[in-house]
Amino acid sequence: MTGRRFLARRLGFYAAAVWSAVTLNFLIPRLMPGDPSLAIIEELERVSGQSLPPRTLESIQRLFGDPSANLGAQYLDYLGQLARLDLGVSIRNFPTPVSDLVWQGLPWTLLLVGSTTVVAFLVGTGLGVIAGWRAGGRFDSIVSPLTTFVSSVPYFWVALLALWAFGFLLGWFPLAGGYDPDLPVGLNAPFVLSVLHYGALPAATIVFSAFGGWLLGMRNMTVTTVREDYVLLALAKGLSPRRVMLRYAARNAMLPNFTGFALALGGVVGGALLTEIVFSYPGIGYLLFISLQQRDYPVMQGVFFLLTLTVLLANLAADSVYALLDPRIRERA
Amino acid sequence: MTSQTQEHAPATPAAHRAVLRVDGLSVEYAGEVRACVDVSFTLRRGEILGVAGESGSGKSTLITALTRLQRPPAVTTAGRILYHGRDGGPPVDLVTLDDKALRDLRWTSLSIVLQSAMDALNPVLRLGAQFADALRAHDRRMSKKEAWQRAAELLAMVGISADRVRGYPHQLSGGMRQRAAIALALACRPDLVVMDEPTTAVDVVMQRQILSQVLRLRDELGFAVVFVTHDLSLLLEVADRIAIMYAGRIVEIGTARALYTGPKHPYTQGLRDSFPPLHAPLRPLSGIPGSPPDLRRPPPGCAFHPRCPERFDGCDRILPELVPAAGHEVACLLYPAGGDR
Repeated sequence: MTGRRFLARRLGFYAAAVWSAVTLNFLIPRLMPGDPSLAIIEELERVSGQSLPPRTLESIQRLFGDPSANLGAQYLDYLGQLARLDLGVSIRNFPTPVSDLVWQGLPWTLLLVGSTTVVAFLVGTGLGVIAGWRAGGRFDSIVSPLTTFVSSVPYFWVALLALWAFGFLLGWFPLAGGYDPDLPVGLNAPFVLSVLHYGALPAATIVFSAFGGWLLGMRNMTVTTVREDYVLLALAKGLSPRRVMLRYAARNAMLPNFTGFALALGGVVGGALLTEIVFSYPGIGYLLFISLQQRDYPVMQGVFFLLTLTVLLANLAADSVYALLDPRIRERA
Repeated sequence: MTSQTQEHAPATPAAHRAVLRVDGLSVEYAGEVRACVDVSFTLRRGEILGVAGESGSGKSTLITALTRLQRPPAVTTAGRILYHGRDGGPPVDLVTLDDKALRDLRWTSLSIVLQSAMDALNPVLRLGAQFADALRAHDRRMSKKEAWQRAAELLAMVGISADRVRGYPHQLSGGMRQRAAIALALACRPDLVVMDEPTTAVDVVMQRQILSQVLRLRDELGFAVVFVTHDLSLLLEVADRIAIMYAGRIVEIGTARALYTGPKHPYTQGLRDSFPPLHAPLRPLSGIPGSPPDLRRPPPGCAFHPRCPERFDGCDRILPELVPAAGHEVACLLYPAGGDR
């Protein structure tokens, strides 16, 4: 079956990409002049004021290199450690393992940025179809220029303004954090409500700034698709305009937008860096920001590794689903 | 109703009734270009009317106006398109019909085959789905399964194996795609199929095959056809009657035979003499000098007069009307209506 062969080839390609990302991650600290492991160990001992347990020393050397050891053996050790999802320990939050920090941040980011990315895509694409279907109509001539304006406002400014107006002046929303720290963490109603309350403002700013791009992209694709003969024929068949719009115009115009969407999903884990900084939201983006400020190399490396994997995963998903959406792609591969 | 029944019906009395009566149809683009001017003709049930003309003669505009598929800035400014239904009730005017009623009429009474099936079929939907949504839009009781079954039958009717119903348009050859588009047009048993150069995108062998299929299906199903093309030689083979268009007007209309053996209008004569005869001794070929007029500034009088080898005093002032002349109708001052005017 062509579909399965297509998928196998794609999987092979992505396996190779993951392998090269991992290998580069391994090689870069080892090709640096000096001894990054030693620098990290000294820093850790200075911060904590005590000598490190041998297990931690070993783990750091596996991740960042040991100039005295054989490179090949180190490589195997490194791969083994990654396979156990051991990303080392944080320097600043010694001795918390990096993987713990990442697992803590991940759900928050997935929740906030993941859901808003989907919502922004759905809203933008939906409105874009309507605007493009009657290009030059009343809806289009109001919404499209307005959207151009909205999406050209810098995001950090939107976020700060929203925080200032709704958080500070009006006091409707909290100023920082992802949940009410006074409540017990868990799946209980008060906590879930506080999560929604804390997340509402950052989520709204993301959707506000992101949907415009989808809308304009979809509008322009729809405008060109509507001129296709198959849309004309669908109308000639006597189908309802709604059906023609969705099944013939939007269905086909969505293909390029969909690629963008899958790539955006890959960027979700990286978090909306600016959002999480402005709202001090406890996600991956905020973690990366803190670790950069504090030069917490193991955390940085761990986050970057995670980002590489998710971007590749999103690409794979985009490729596969695109092939499902467009039969012509399946055979050309 | 949906099963394949034997229908050899073109010879019934109903076959002589009109299915379409076009009366004084004019179409303009943004009020600047008059692409169709005062076009009138009658189409009988089961009849194939060919419409021929050079590029820019208004034939494509005529097609989109007949099916009311024109997009702005094209506007029908005058005239009526009277469609006579199967039931023999009063005719409806397609120009003024409301959208809902028009949608019900589409495909069940009036369907279209576009020039390039490659572009006319949705590349991301299976063939069966594109048949099924037309079938089910007009027969809400039809199940999905029945619709796909019917789609397979329709494909088989034009010689495409039924398993292709699950295929995508790009998996078919050009000729198969075009035949599939014709089968699609016949899905809801229309009275009238408008064909816009349905054979320009395929080679001559396939052209012939498609034309003979259209003729066979017409005999079986009894639909009428408006067949638009720039290729007069092709029309002489399939059409019962032919209308020649020039600068948005019909300049001559008559039976295919009459137009071939005795063309009256100098333009028709020019068209006929610009391709070799298929079944007759060879004769010298000649083209028509000049090029079609700019429709934004059509020449005064007869639009053909700047290119006409037989023009005389008056051709550049007096607009000839379509008048009967020796069995067909022609719009040329050489053939005055009932004597001098």
